[in-house]
Amino acid sequence: MRWLLVALIVGPGTVGDLLTTAGMKRHGEVNDFTVPGLARLLWQLSRNLYIIIGIVAMAISFFALMDLLSIAKLSFAIPATASSYLLETALAKYLLGEEVGWKRWAGASLVAIGVMLISF
Amino acid sequence: MISRFITKTAAITTVVVVSNAVGNYALGKGMQEVGHLVTWQPGPYLQAFTDPWVIAGVVLLIAWLIFRLALLSWADLSYVITVTSTSYILSALLGKFFLAEEVSALRWAGIVLITVGAVFVGETFPSTTDETGGLAEE
Repeated sequence: MRWLLVALIVGPGTVGDLLTTAGMKRHGEVNDFTVPGLARLLWQLSRNLYIIIGIVAMAISFFALMDLLSIAKLSFAIPATASSYLLETALAKYLLGEEVGWKRWAGASLVAIGVMLISF
Repeated sequence: MISRFITKTAAITTVVVVSNAVGNYALGKGMQEVGHLVTWQPGPYLQAFTDPWVIAGVVLLIAWLIFRLALLSWADLSYVITVTSTSYILSALLGKFFLAEEVSALRWAGIVLITVGAVFVGETFPSTTDETGGLAEE
């Protein structure tokens, strides 16, 4: 059960991040951070299929994390999901075409190890 | 132009990090009050939403989601996930100061590694793709 929940956190979480990133790049750069501006943004995003499917995937990941945290300690849950930093960095490079140089690889690796350590 | 872009990225990144850490803190506190939750039924989840800490946590996490989406409208995913991981540091510090949790040597080591990792990525330019996010238009 615990590892099924880990898979439901990492898999849909990664898919959700990739889809929302692609959806937001298509939407274009957000510059209006006033309340009406953010309300307008939400209205526009509610018709963006990448964002809708991405957020559904992120919601699955979020509820799986809530479930996992109710049956397992944080020191199991967080290290088990830390690998997603490297998985998402690799997929951002190969699927989204981001330039991932040594600094981003080093940063993602250090953060993944750091996140494992911080939850003990 | 470039400096305004960098300032905007830093400001929205800060909002994302703070709303995430404080939102998770509030939600965690609320879920401890609510208790065990593994079910496919919606009832127990809806009941959890009557707890004030859960409500505060959910509101902050909705703000986190909106500002994170806004950040992703110009910044790379590989940039955003790494620099916003500094929310774990803020979470550890919230635990230390508000819940009197012990920060062990291992946790301090983790805080140092996350900081160095975020600084590495923070030194790269936030945006390296065009508006299609790399995926070809259908």
